[in-house]
Amino acid sequence: MKKFIEEDGLVMPLDRANVDTDYIIPKQFLKSIKRTGFGKNLFDEARYLDKGLPDQDCAGRPVNPDFVMNQPRYQGATILLARVNFGCGSSREHAPWALDDYGFRCIIAPSYADIFFNNCIKNGILLIVLDEKIVDELFRETEATEGYRLAVDLNAQTITKPDGSEIGFDIEDSRKNVLLNGLDDISLTLQNKEEILGFEKQWQEQSPWLFKTIGT
Amino acid sequence: MAGKTLYDKLWDSHLVKNLDDGTSLIYIDLHFLHEVTSPQAFEGLRLSGRKPWRSDANLATPDHNVPTTPDERSQGVEGILDPVSKIQVKSLDSNCDEFGISEFQIDDPRHGIVHVIGPEQGRTLPGMTIVCGDSHTSTHGALGSLAHGIGTSEVEHVLATQCLVQKKAKNMLVSVNGQLNPGVTAKDVVLAIIGKIGTAGGTGYTIEFGGQAIRSLSVEGRMTVCNMAIEAGARAGLVAVDEMTIEYVKGRPFAPTGDTLEKAVAAWKGLVSDSDAKFEAVVELDAADIVPQVSWGTSPEMVAPVTGNVPDPATAGNETKQNNYLQALKYMGLEAGTPIQSIKLDRVFIGSCTNSRIEDLRAAAAVVKGRKVADNIKEALVVPGSGLVKKQAEEEGLDRIFTEAGLQWREPGCSMCLAMNADQLGEGEHCASTSNRNFEGRQGFGGRTHLVSPAMAAAAAVHGHFVDVRELELN
Ligand code: SF4
Repeated sequence: MKKFIEEDGLVMPLDRANVDTDYIIPKQFLKSIKRTGFGKNLFDEARYLDKGLPDQDCAGRPVNPDFVMNQPRYQGATILLARVNFGCGSSREHAPWALDDYGFRCIIAPSYADIFFNNCIKNGILLIVLDEKIVDELFRETEATEGYRLAVDLNAQTITKPDGSEIGFDIEDSRKNVLLNGLDDISLTLQNKEEILGFEKQWQEQSPWLFKTIGT
Repeated sequence: MAGKTLYDKLWDSHLVKNLDDGTSLIYIDLHFLHEVTSPQAFEGLRLSGRKPWRSDANLATPDHNVPTTPDERSQGVEGILDPVSKIQVKSLDSNCDEFGISEFQIDDPRHGIVHVIGPEQGRTLPGMTIVCGDSHTSTHGALGSLAHGIGTSEVEHVLATQCLVQKKAKNMLVSVNGQLNPGVTAKDVVLAIIGKIGTAGGTGYTIEFGGQAIRSLSVEGRMTVCNMAIEAGARAGLVAVDEMTIEYVKGRPFAPTGDTLEKAVAAWKGLVSDSDAKFEAVVELDAADIVPQVSWGTSPEMVAPVTGNVPDPATAGNETKQNNYLQALKYMGLEAGTPIQSIKLDRVFIGSCTNSRIEDLRAAAAVVKGRKVADNIKEALVVPGSGLVKKQAEEEGLDRIFTEAGLQWREPGCSMCLAMNADQLGEGEHCASTSNRNFEGRQGFGGRTHLVSPAMAAAAAVHGHFVDVRELELN
């Protein structure tokens, strides 16, 4: 799995609460059976003026000049600054795949939806939760300063601002560990194979109806 | 020691191991798969040379992007006109074949939306842990099972290990006290709950729905409520097991029988929260206060009573929320203060895993019976949740009631709930929809969704705008 250790990058502010997964990647792109290539359709409906189609070459599509992602000053951004409840809605992992494919490595917001949070960790994207007031301040600074960058250090759990001041953030040890080491969690789980088999055996004795599939 | 909540009990009974880092390994009894979130997981298994841990614990069906017109469906998978969708459905067929997973294929009479067919077949049983690469897996909690949506990496993880690495959520009780008024349905209840606690209100919690109004709902109604737990931010919703649950399960194709059933029923009866169980959060609603709901914005928390008006963003509290309201009104093409009943509609969609079971179709049919769809409605679709729901409805003559009124009777699938197939809204069109999400573009590029109950959607089809279903006389 992909690692996250640190990221020193340009920040793009997306000033919108409750950004849902349909907004991040509209459903027509979910027809792909691959994990890659979603970046060009990240925020598709906000980013382009026409309706996007799967497998379409996006180079000639009319872009929405008002959408933050299309502004020259935010090109190459790798840190996304967002509002409350980011990533709500469906369980589609295509949302983190699209963010990752476009180049976002880290998101900063006051809160995220649960399933989206897990999906991001699985793809090496660090989600930082900060107090709404601090996020407000970061929005102000990002918008006021062209080329505004932040340096995120997961090991130290710090974000360093351009003026050198630091913001600390919390993250659960389990998630930190997975991100720093890029661990394959299936292999990790399979290290407990004996326990799983043991559980399964007693569970089957206790609840045999869960193990018999009839009627197929 | 305080008693346990139903969630605590389900968690404890499936706990394989607490891991050192504060997460836990939870055993998964049942895994549903569909065509959209599984291909990359199967690919992952292939690349790493892994096999499913227990193939009999899986059931697959294509639902998200299958066409619903009888013409396209009459030829099974080969009839799918969209070549990209066809590849996806075929991939599911071949993956299930390769990995030994049972599947209800597109032309199986039991085919349908995964969250409709699970309970219908008795595959969903009380006390199970259930996952699926779909956020509305919470639906199955209506039978007292712990069920939630997962991403594709987790789909692969469950296939390979039969377990999920989880952190235990907190407990929330949403209690709807007293009795619902006539014409007020499960959908109105859950929309009112989300309107009250917000789309992030349940984040980090498992919500148990209780109280007299919830207990009085049918199991199908409870599914509608649990289905939308995710819209309140909670990954899982639950309703405690009672006689109604047990009666619902008995006799279904996959349900246990004979001695095993007796044993199972004895175990299921314990699937309730203890009276002294502790919930970290409790929300109470008075059923009598709930009136039919209509969503006016682009988030399921943006709801108003059908008797009310589109709200003024100035009343929305903080600045982020005000901006959110403004963006929503702009997208929806609505002005603050507009009476909900004057919102004109272009299309009507009755279907989705929220409201496509037989009761939903009966409720909608009762409203349209002997009436005609209004002239300004370009299209009104009725899409049953499964092949068996469709069959049942046809046996009851509901299909004729719909078609005589001018609604279209379609083949089962997700359809216009997420509009991955050809069933879509046009730009700027308003739709009365019985589905669960009104996000921007959800039902089609530029489409405007209003979430309502089946009876409200049917009434909107007949009148061309929203009306209070409580005031209609039923034929
Ligand atoms: S009906 Fe809608 S919400 Fe339900 S599974 Fe299908 S797409 Fe998802």
